[in-house]
Amino acid sequence: MDSALIPDGVKRCPIWQFGLAIAVVGAVLLWGVFAMLLVWIKGLNQTNMNNAYGFALWIWADLGVIALGGGAFFTGLMRYVFGKDELKYIINYAVLIGFICYSSALLILAIDIGQPLRGWFIFWHANVHSMLTEVAFCLTCYFGVLCIEYLPLILENKQVDRVPFFHNLSHNMHEIMVVFAATGAFLSFFHQGSLGGVSGVLFGRPFGYREHIFIWPYTFFLFTWSAAACGPCFTILVTKLTEKIAGKKLVKDNVIELLAKIAGWMLATYVIAKLIDTWYWATVTAPSKGHVMMDFYTNNPDSVYGIWILILEVGVCGVLPALILITDKGRKTPATLWTAVILASLGVLLNRWVMVLQVLAVPVMPFEAWSTYFPSWQEIATTILPVAYGVILVLISYRYLPIFPQEAELNPIEEPAPPAETAEVTEKNGELAPEGELAPAEA
Amino acid sequence: MFPVISFEWVWDMSHMVFHGGLWYALSIIGMGMTYCIIKAAYDTFKGTDDHH
Repeated sequence: MDSALIPDGVKRCPIWQFGLAIAVVGAVLLWGVFAMLLVWIKGLNQTNMNNAYGFALWIWADLGVIALGGGAFFTGLMRYVFGKDELKYIINYAVLIGFICYSSALLILAIDIGQPLRGWFIFWHANVHSMLTEVAFCLTCYFGVLCIEYLPLILENKQVDRVPFFHNLSHNMHEIMVVFAATGAFLSFFHQGSLGGVSGVLFGRPFGYREHIFIWPYTFFLFTWSAAACGPCFTILVTKLTEKIAGKKLVKDNVIELLAKIAGWMLATYVIAKLIDTWYWATVTAPSKGHVMMDFYTNNPDSVYGIWILILEVGVCGVLPALILITDKGRKTPATLWTAVILASLGVLLNRWVMVLQVLAVPVMPFEAWSTYFPSWQEIATTILPVAYGVILVLISYRYLPIFPQEAELNPIEEPAPPAETAEVTEKNGELAPEGELAPAEA
Repeated sequence: MFPVISFEWVWDMSHMVFHGGLWYALSIIGMGMTYCIIKAAYDTFKGTDDHH
């Protein structure tokens, strides 16, 4: 039954090994589900959120996975709209990672709103002056697009593909995928941007506030830019991790290098824009609100935030990976490529942390102290829950769906050696045929 | 969310831009999927399989 579902031309681990992996990760998943049920049944008192931290670990995780899932929309844009044809060998995995990230984001939001039965209120009673309404709209629509992009993969399963209707549907969806990819890029541009815009419009919090271009603060563009830069890095990172775990090559080097090069230039330009933004904020925006830059990094005894976090975010996790990825040698050397994609992925997570949690840590009133926050175990468990869910979905998809089109070519399955008896007979026949290929009679 | 049906609906720029964008995106997604499904049903019915 199981082998009938595995794609042709590829080898997978035995079913018991697969089941064991699912069971181990499933245990973590169940822990998260237990914490999730506690939050839903008992309420948000299960968290350590407070009046200072209305946004906390969940919103950071939300923004983080949405940024890391940006590889799906950006790779899709490059592949279908800009015609980077080589990326077709990695687009399936980028879509899967994006699907996991966005479904995780929606799951986290469903936990975070405390009363998930009223989740539809944001659509029905939309606050049209809120950036988060735009996020909710775009996020939901884009998740629909990701489902549409993931569906053909499911339909390409060996058994499902035998049904003519599903075969035709999958083919037709591939044919007009450019429409969905372009719609996805449009939606992603706005929801990634609006997530950045949330802190950028907080004029009462000078640490997050930024100047505007029309109605959009600079953070709007920086968030979209960083997601387009770091999302593909995360796709490469997960691909490389999958290759390590599977113990075989799944995507050719030229494909990885092309995606790394595009991501590298995106990251390099983003870092330049981020440096300019930081400089302008430090010299113009913050002083106009009565602050100097170092107010936000020093004299905060209850908090861990120092200037180190800015250097780590922009320098170590921004400039360094960008420099590695824009050089040919940096991309081609496995160690530096690993370093760059890990740093870029961490960098975008750190950026989201700063723009969500450090913004809230800074005191608003002069007589207030820095606010501190440490998540409860329920918050941690429910944040790990989507990771476990993602691993399970990757395990299932990798086993049963043709995620990596180059896998069979890169890992040809050797034909089993003929049984000993047959080999002996063949040898004897060879001895009987002194003229090599001629039959005995002809000889 | 819906003009006329929703009592909170106001014909102002914010509502039109926000919900206009939403319905625009949903329309493209909906029409795209409808096309794929109808064409797949048609191809299946006709028995055409010029794929691969």
